[in-house]
Amino acid sequence: MGKRTIVPFGPQHPALPEPVHLDLELEDETVVRAIPSIGYVHRGLEKLTESRDYKDMMYVMERVCGICSFGHGWGYAGAVEGLMGVEVPERGQYLRVMFHELSRIHSHLLWLGLLADGLGFDSLFMHCWRIREKILDVFEAITGGRVILSFCEIGGVKKDLTPEMLRMVGEACDFVEDEMRKTGLVFMKDTSVRNRLCGTGVLSKEDAMSLCSVGPVARGSGVNNDIRSVSPIYKDLGFEPVLYDEGDCWSRCMVRVDEIMGSLEIVRNAIRNLPGGDVSVPVKGNPPVGEYVFRVEQPRGEAFYYVKSDGTKHLERARVRTPTNINIPAMVKTLQGCSLQDVSMLVITIDPCISCTER
Amino acid sequence: MSGTTKSPWLLHYDASSCNGCDIEVLACLTPLYDVERFGVINTGDPKQADLFLVTGAVNDQNKNVVRQLYEQMPEPKVVVAVGVCACSGGIFGDCYNIIGGVDKVIPVDVYVPGCAARPESIIDGVVKGLAVLEEKRKKISEAKS
Repeated sequence: MGKRTIVPFGPQHPALPEPVHLDLELEDETVVRAIPSIGYVHRGLEKLTESRDYKDMMYVMERVCGICSFGHGWGYAGAVEGLMGVEVPERGQYLRVMFHELSRIHSHLLWLGLLADGLGFDSLFMHCWRIREKILDVFEAITGGRVILSFCEIGGVKKDLTPEMLRMVGEACDFVEDEMRKTGLVFMKDTSVRNRLCGTGVLSKEDAMSLCSVGPVARGSGVNNDIRSVSPIYKDLGFEPVLYDEGDCWSRCMVRVDEIMGSLEIVRNAIRNLPGGDVSVPVKGNPPVGEYVFRVEQPRGEAFYYVKSDGTKHLERARVRTPTNINIPAMVKTLQGCSLQDVSMLVITIDPCISCTER
Repeated sequence: MSGTTKSPWLLHYDASSCNGCDIEVLACLTPLYDVERFGVINTGDPKQADLFLVTGAVNDQNKNVVRQLYEQMPEPKVVVAVGVCACSGGIFGDCYNIIGGVDKVIPVDVYVPGCAARPESIIDGVVKGLAVLEEKRKKISEAKS
């Protein structure tokens, strides 16, 4: 048995996109144990619900995470709507799905870029981010914001899309699809990418289930826990879950590449079948006494929103259970026994969003 | 020495931002804005950095990290606070775990507003930071001579 060394990794590290700290216990080059410590981004924003009006809280919840900002807004709005018994008009629901899927495309492209950066494949990183800018242009033209959109409100969405805007969304989808047909192939076939990712950090199906992993991490190990599968509106729009069985870094990467293609199809179907009518209903009064739970499939996995009201305009409790937090045990499991050079790859492939994790 | 203002190297640290400003800082480096054509390089090493871009407000856990990174940077150095959280705490200013803007921990030279700060304004902030860097460099060389 070799001598054990402890190597601190993070919170600031050239290979780390996010501030998380890991103590890596090494035996020669092999990681024996990894001890994560978090709290570098903790703000305590759930507590703000006691001093913010339930409608104003929407803006705080959108800033749980700047990457999947729309989804967090939708989750909170969905929970409050459920509590108050508000029925969102169908057009509003379709627009929410459309924006959420566009956010997923931009989030996955961002992640594919970070992965390429981690691989040292800089031109691929730049291409992924170039494609992603097209989605941000659409966001900016419609909502005025590039990353924080403030498009979702309690009762529906803030504004209706004109036919020109819908055409712009469709054109952006065509552009991303064309580009992804080429860029996706690089992730699928390129030798240097495959050599680095195939067989690295295998998470078995049993482990994925017993460690409760969610999102692309679970789906890369063949566990279908995509909650879009049980949503009737997604079923109408032709949603199919993406599953890979290998459980290594490469399959987690390919899940995201294929999900971009799936999301493009959903957005196109939503444009084609967009029903008429209003996009939102007015919501008045305070939420009644009670509690409600709502789930949204974020780009990183299932997020769970809980609200509890005591009948006043301030909610008693608002809670988010975020996907990265749930995936940390799976990450620690795959880190055990891996070699030191694979650590950054393994941390990146769970798509860590530490600002979600710590809120 | 004036090479630092022609080709400044950045160090970026996410104090407690929501990632919105972080991805905009990265977006500055990628093809649409591409500041690398001006010689700006994003480095992960504080010992080689001229500009320190901090996003997000400071909390008890990360204030020492921010201070350490600042102290490891060689003189002259400039701190740019990116986004309204880094300037004053912003929307999270009332949170129990937030101390306030980055200037509560280290001296800040340039404040970039916005939630999230737009890439154009981040680039503008960096350019303003370069003027401050040049001034600081002059002061150091005068003190030496």
